[in-house]
Amino acid sequence: MAETDLARTEQVERPLSPHLQIYRPQLTSITSILTRITGNALIVAALLIVWWLLAASTSDAYFAMANAVLTSWFGDLVMTLSLWAIWYHYLAGLRHFYFDAGKGLDIPTAEKLGWGCIIGSVVLTVITLFLV
Amino acid sequence: MRYLTARKRAEGKGAAGTGTEHFWYMKMSGVGLAIITPVFLVAFGRALGGDRAEVLDAFSHPAMAILTGLVIFFGLRHYAGGAQTMIEDYAHGMTRRALIIGVTVLSYGMIATGLFALAKIAL
Repeated sequence: MAETDLARTEQVERPLSPHLQIYRPQLTSITSILTRITGNALIVAALLIVWWLLAASTSDAYFAMANAVLTSWFGDLVMTLSLWAIWYHYLAGLRHFYFDAGKGLDIPTAEKLGWGCIIGSVVLTVITLFLV
Repeated sequence: MRYLTARKRAEGKGAAGTGTEHFWYMKMSGVGLAIITPVFLVAFGRALGGDRAEVLDAFSHPAMAILTGLVIFFGLRHYAGGAQTMIEDYAHGMTRRALIIGVTVLSYGMIATGLFALAKIAL
């Protein structure tokens, strides 16, 4: 009897922890994962820029092709999102230096710094777009 | 035979085998990039959109060529370090090794290509 009970227990579907349907994301965890996502996603912009430079150094025809991709509406979209991504990663990196010093680790301060990264990155993106 | 105890040899190396080297490199390259990246963003943004002659003119300026070279080199080394940390969090065994080799090859390949293009433009 004990054996069948054990077997039955194994078949019960239990919720995963943290259960994703009732899991409430926190600002601190979202701002943390965004640092990783933005940093890694910037490889797309890096590939485009290196390719664009190679094309510029090669020939008029090659440059015309690469430049058409980078200055198309899709290129503008990728470059603008990447600009935000680099500013976000920049501010989140500065936040990490502050955390490394053992400061700002209490939840109210960490959340304020998180909002600082989100709002600051948008503001810096808009400023940069005005400068270029 | 080195006159070191086993403890002395192990000290500071941790689970990664290289101690705090990786962590420290990310911090160091991060500080350097924090200084040069804002200047590069504006300089690159102004060069983007010009015709080929204007682009070649912009990147053949010594300051612009040096700045772009630094951003490409340290930006991509910093990328490889960060991507490795991500891979080590999510992948294991052979997949982990293959992916780390992959991002390392990719980043060095892009560094070489970028610096080659810059040299060709600026020199």
